[in-house]
Amino acid sequence: MADLRSNFVGIKSPNPFWLASAPPTDKEYNVVRAFKAGWGGVVWKTLGEEGPPIVNVNGPRYGAIHGADRRLLGLNNIELITDRPLEVNLQEIKKVKREWPDRAVVVSLMVPCEEEPWKKILKRVEETEADGVELNFGCPHGMSERGMGSAVGQVPEYIEMVARWCKQHTRMPVIVKLTPNITDIRYPARAALRGGADAVSLINTISSIVSVDLDNFAPVPTIDGKGSHGGYCGPAVKPIALNMVAEIARDRETAGLPISAIGGVTTWRDAAEFMSMSAGTVQVCTAAMTYGFRIVEEMKSGLSRWMDEKGYSSIEDFRGRAVPNVTDWQYLNLNYVAKAQINQDLCIKCGRCYAACEDTSHQAIFKEKGGKRHFEVNDAECVACNLCVEVCPVESCITMVRMEDGTDPRTGRVINPVPANWTMHPNNPMAKVAAE
Amino acid sequence: MAVKGPDIAGKRLDKAAYAANFADLHPPLTEHEALVESDRCFFCHDAPCQTACPTSIDIPLFIREINTGHPKSAAKTIFDQNILGGMCARVCPTETLCEEACVRETSEGKPVKIGQLQRYATDAAMETNAHPYVRAMASGRKVAVVGAGPAGLACAHRLSLRGHDVTIFEARKRPGGLNEFGIAAYKSVNNFAQREVDFVLGIGGIAIETGKSLGKGLTLDKLQKDFDAVFLGIGLQGVNDLGIKNDDAEGIEDAVDYIAELRQASDLSKLKIGRRVLVIGGGMTAVDAAVQSKLLGAEDVTILYRRGAAQMKASSYEQELAQTRGVVIKHWVAPKKVVLKGGKAAGLICDYMAEKKGKLVATGETCEFPADMIFKAIGQTYIDTLNGALALEGGRIKVDGERRTSLKAVWAGGDCAAGGKDLTVAAVDDGRRAAESIHAYLSA
Repeated sequence: MADLRSNFVGIKSPNPFWLASAPPTDKEYNVVRAFKAGWGGVVWKTLGEEGPPIVNVNGPRYGAIHGADRRLLGLNNIELITDRPLEVNLQEIKKVKREWPDRAVVVSLMVPCEEEPWKKILKRVEETEADGVELNFGCPHGMSERGMGSAVGQVPEYIEMVARWCKQHTRMPVIVKLTPNITDIRYPARAALRGGADAVSLINTISSIVSVDLDNFAPVPTIDGKGSHGGYCGPAVKPIALNMVAEIARDRETAGLPISAIGGVTTWRDAAEFMSMSAGTVQVCTAAMTYGFRIVEEMKSGLSRWMDEKGYSSIEDFRGRAVPNVTDWQYLNLNYVAKAQINQDLCIKCGRCYAACEDTSHQAIFKEKGGKRHFEVNDAECVACNLCVEVCPVESCITMVRMEDGTDPRTGRVINPVPANWTMHPNNPMAKVAAE
Repeated sequence: MAVKGPDIAGKRLDKAAYAANFADLHPPLTEHEALVESDRCFFCHDAPCQTACPTSIDIPLFIREINTGHPKSAAKTIFDQNILGGMCARVCPTETLCEEACVRETSEGKPVKIGQLQRYATDAAMETNAHPYVRAMASGRKVAVVGAGPAGLACAHRLSLRGHDVTIFEARKRPGGLNEFGIAAYKSVNNFAQREVDFVLGIGGIAIETGKSLGKGLTLDKLQKDFDAVFLGIGLQGVNDLGIKNDDAEGIEDAVDYIAELRQASDLSKLKIGRRVLVIGGGMTAVDAAVQSKLLGAEDVTILYRRGAAQMKASSYEQELAQTRGVVIKHWVAPKKVVLKGGKAAGLICDYMAEKKGKLVATGETCEFPADMIFKAIGQTYIDTLNGALALEGGRIKVDGERRTSLKAVWAGGDCAAGGKDLTVAAVDDGRRAAESIHAYLSA
């Protein structure tokens, strides 16, 4: 059996599946239930500074995008940080950590961008004996209007400054949670590193309006006729999160910076993908909010089975393995030639590949053979764009087959087994001259 | 106690059983079901389902319209090709048409439920009572349509749409043709056939005169004189005989007549049915008669068909429908002799049949089936009441691709026309095509 134990910047947990800072981790009741269900850790829902508690709207907080049969694909929320008194949260954190010593309990924090409030709250959190803190520089809605959350996360200098304060004022590991609502994720990650952060976690939610109610012309969720942008999460955001994690993992400055990955993790496979992109733990929220805490069972058993089948005994055996294969476009091998191939035994003759290729791509699919409905790739036109593969409703019916030798009928060029990329291409005015 | 004569009686069931037995065969899809089902459509290129539809409905488009929340747009897409799309959604043998061609049938054996989605859309549109079409400017031309069945109604609607005034002459007391008189009751509940007629007539410009047919108050000559064009959708009036002695004995009935009676019955318990029923034939009418006999409370119902399951005109789905309702289908038997008891039919002696060198022959062995009631459902024939005025082909009116007959300004379609499929949907297609041809003729 694969060993799923995780040690993330000194924070130990029996498995790498943590619940992200969000409604599921707002109080003892939920967190205890989550631990009973088998979650490896939680990031407690964000605490704010002492004082009158945060207030939330009393109308809908969530909006969603659904797929077939109302499968929830993307969720958006306008909920703020915890609206419970600080003291209550701290007491519960302390109690839970004491009762569940083997689980990771990290506390998410968001206070005004001044040294004193941070110093003050860190002391309070330390008293709970929590395993670490996560600085919420991510929430794009509500709190950002008050100069917190993503308002901090969008200014690398602030990130560095606050991270430095936190490292100064606490012995706990400091994780900086990054907002994706920024042009280049490497800048805030580098700032966190410069500030001394032990790790980054990403992504927080993406600024979004999920839909407009066409009867009253208001964004959804609608509060008395008005709506505000929310934070988007769930399966729909995973590709964005995966890219941002990869960017940090392969950046010269931030490579090796521990990452707790967040963003649409719904199955063991999502988790394995993030880990292959160097994540040490994954944080889950939407999947739990959709299906309940029990889904962690599948995540653990699925990851474990996959690791067993691949012969990986620990997460470290495959963590980061995909990072070296993420590169810039300019380094892709332009001498690699593939052609789409339609498996006629699997083809159900829906013609979607034809419609896609004929209308929107390269007119590289024949729709007839001997007067009969039959879909076949015309190698002389196929650029191997993969669109037909993606629109085909049958798994593995259309595949990309590499041309190992011979001549590409489209270009008339002989297949060159030696890789060559754009940096050496004759059409590139900046091309480096190939060695004679 | 000896039973005197055949056991034929009504009131075999209680009231609730009649209601349950003749309830909707396929209850309509709910909105959620329709959304989930419509999401299964792949929106195929040059979709095989559309090719398979005799009326060429743009099926992928209407399904997409359902999926995006506009069932009434979907209905319009359907009606554009098939104004009787509501009935066709209920009675089409989709399992041998669109749904057989569906690529999901190829891939997983579970086609998109096109028929049920079509019903979902057309129901949504017809509930509004708003007719979806506006007539073109009045052309001042008049067209006579003989027969208010699917072909005639479809033809009349399209002609009216194009601005022509239409008079439909119908032999029966009510319009609807086989939709009203010939289709199994559980396929068209809540008086749907009449509601659909009202919907079609909602376009305006169509008058119906009932109780009139060719030979009875109408002549083709007169129609030609009084109207600018004539469309004949007169169906088949003749019923094939068994061709054996005593095949008109009491207790032997035409299935089509019995189904018509059933469809018009206001109280099903008054309808008499035999305890043991035999149905002779292999088509939809045979299945409809057999299943309905069973639903009326007959104890044993057997379909006798002279060939095998594969040759039956009733689709395998229809055969299964019969079997799951307790009807026995006996293959390779053909009536040889009517068994009489006191002058009334009391059973059939049948030949066992076999196919030898492509020919159907009696094997010499026989078997006997006792019965209280026997239905003939061995096909209908065209009766030429026009005394050769129109050229025939295979015993039905000869028509070309535009459904023109051999006479100028006379068109024909539906079951009376040669080359037809004997399906409601094919009749509708004939009617629409003929109307467009008539319109072109009148506009020339």
